[in-house]
Amino acid sequence: MAIIPKKHESPTQPADVRAHNFNEVALGYTPEIAVEEAKRCLNCKTRPCVEGCPVNVNIPEFIIQIKDGDFEGAYRTINATSSLPAVCGRVCPQETQCEARCTLAKKFEPVGIGRLERFAADWHNEHSTDSVLAPKSNGRRVAIVGSGPSGLTCAGDLARKGYQVTVYEALHTAGGVLVYGIPEFRLPKSIVEREVETLKELGVEIVLNVVIGKTLTIDELFAMGYEAVFIGSGAGLPNFMNIPGEAYKGVYSANEFLTRSNLMKAYLDHSTTPIMKGGKVAVVGGGNVAMDAARTALRLGAEKVYVVYRRSMDELPARAEEVEHAKEEGIDFRLLCNPVEILGYNNESDPRDPKNGFVTGVRCVKMELGEPDASGRRRPVPIPDSEFELDVDAVIIAIGTSPNPLIKATTEGLEVNRWGGIVVNEDGLTSRSNVYAGGDAVTGAATVISAMGAGKVAAQAIDKALSENK
Amino acid sequence: MYKIVSKKELNPTVVQMEIEAPLVAAKAKPGQFIILRVDADGERIPLTVAGVNPASGAVKIIFQVVGATTTLLSRKNAGEYLQDFVGPLGVPTHTSGIKKVCIVGGGVGCAIAMPVAEEFHRLGADVTSIIGFRSKDLLILEEEFRAASNRLVVMTDDGSYARHGNVTAPLKEILESGERFDMIVAIGPLVMMKYVVLTAKPFGVPVTVSMNPIMIDGTGMCGGCRVTLVRDGRRVTKFTCVDGPDFNGYEIDFDEALSRGRMYCDFERHARDEACNLLRNA
Repeated sequence: MAIIPKKHESPTQPADVRAHNFNEVALGYTPEIAVEEAKRCLNCKTRPCVEGCPVNVNIPEFIIQIKDGDFEGAYRTINATSSLPAVCGRVCPQETQCEARCTLAKKFEPVGIGRLERFAADWHNEHSTDSVLAPKSNGRRVAIVGSGPSGLTCAGDLARKGYQVTVYEALHTAGGVLVYGIPEFRLPKSIVEREVETLKELGVEIVLNVVIGKTLTIDELFAMGYEAVFIGSGAGLPNFMNIPGEAYKGVYSANEFLTRSNLMKAYLDHSTTPIMKGGKVAVVGGGNVAMDAARTALRLGAEKVYVVYRRSMDELPARAEEVEHAKEEGIDFRLLCNPVEILGYNNESDPRDPKNGFVTGVRCVKMELGEPDASGRRRPVPIPDSEFELDVDAVIIAIGTSPNPLIKATTEGLEVNRWGGIVVNEDGLTSRSNVYAGGDAVTGAATVISAMGAGKVAAQAIDKALSENK
Repeated sequence: MYKIVSKKELNPTVVQMEIEAPLVAAKAKPGQFIILRVDADGERIPLTVAGVNPASGAVKIIFQVVGATTTLLSRKNAGEYLQDFVGPLGVPTHTSGIKKVCIVGGGVGCAIAMPVAEEFHRLGADVTSIIGFRSKDLLILEEEFRAASNRLVVMTDDGSYARHGNVTAPLKEILESGERFDMIVAIGPLVMMKYVVLTAKPFGVPVTVSMNPIMIDGTGMCGGCRVTLVRDGRRVTKFTCVDGPDFNGYEIDFDEALSRGRMYCDFERHARDEACNLLRNA
């Protein structure tokens, strides 16, 4: 049988419709499409896709199950190694992980592994009535700091082994970046809630409104009887560019803009959360967070949204599908451009003018790519005398974050690197015994799946360490 | 959910509540703040801790009814519950080594200044308190300040009670008389704090100010609460929720903070009116 060279497309909302709503963009495979896509898998012996997955999902196995119509079985296969299948199927950068390694990809498009994973997870969520059985407790307690992807993964893996796990969350909702950062149109919050509920059924206790490092310290957690602690506190303070004008009203960090919209629900019509809507918006940066901010601004009613990125499309780090979707929706990519100043309104003759201090534009310089830098990417260099201005009403800065200082400040002996990231060994163990860490708190801003991988590694190490020390 | 243990109206627009939150009560120090949400889907608002009772697990908050959320909060009664209550956040007020201090409080800022005055008093420092209000109706905590201070000066802007004028007048007189403080702690409206700094500057007395910017998560994640310090001629961005709320008054760019504080004025006015209408119709 001849191989179909391209992945089956996932049905999506039309671009002109979805640009004005917060419903999910990709609608997911139907069972018929899923089976057809599963048939594209060569079921090769080398299974390179599994190596490409940070949590080593048994990909060929679940694809065979989909091909055979055993959708619930496919879900169980994925769930055996991944605590958050419905999340990963939506937000993983498959093109640089499992799908990049797919044997089929040598000649054709790879198997749509991410879309199949999402299909299996959605099928389970829609059809399964089985409740999860909490395993028999081994009576040993582990505390997890933060309920984002690394914390939830670590919690799930330990709970399945019988540990009594408590997850401490600083905010009023569990999920971390999955609820405050990633927007509804890319990851519906009902899916995150469902994954959190599944963990609770496994016996995981989730305690909201506790800031570890403030409300309780790591040392107090041990005094309370926890035998190990995993720190998955996530990325911290947003970085700014340190250019003039960043204090003008209308300059947001992407974290603030997305938190207002997602966690604080400014995207809902009846919301009482203030956010700037409409007008023209420039988003600075080229990662997934920049794409999320740009597309959120568009959906909140912006008439024009620019993405200003200092390198070219080849270096742009966002997930390929999000960039495609953003382009289709009309986001204007200004590549090889870098802001040098944010411009604001100042009526010198009337200090009480209500428009004073609001953003009016951003001045940028054009860039060209020079020699490769330490990251291996070609270093962007400003082109002399190439400055120009974009008229905008808001600027959203999405250029990364620096680790949160709260835990470091109150945990004696916890080693951090010069960027403030927690130092860990290959097992996720920190400089403090029985204290593990993973995710953005260690690496700085990275992906959901790499954080999940770190949570998984730490769970294994915690289990091993505690088993040896009975 | 967090139980409201007690509620008391200190004046027509300022309400004091005690909230059952044992973990916060066990840790909170003067100068730190909490974030609360009144109900599900509510706004997160920061309020500085006005006192704690570690034995009973209660945290005292004092707030002025200014916007939609504080209006809703003021309608809750003892025995009812708040959705969320998290803290203590921020860095406690620096007290060590300070033997003689002047506390300057303005309006509802006095609610935050009061536990700071009490802490200095408890530590044996010589405490001068200058507290100011728009008028007699808005006066709060006079007796508490008197108990915690070696000297208390009360001011009203309209002269309806005690001495007529604003807080900088007696501060200037005291400094001009040659008296010195190890530290002046100013807590109140931005404009008041700005002028306390300007008043103290010629005398070279250090001033600590307590910033109260727009804030969302309060845990060092969103960056909305950023303030600019001018340090050795360089502009430095700091985050009130993790670096503050106390800052060196001489370094703060007050004009920028004043401007940023007005970002959502229109939105807030509208939201408050809506909240009032909802309550009126209810």
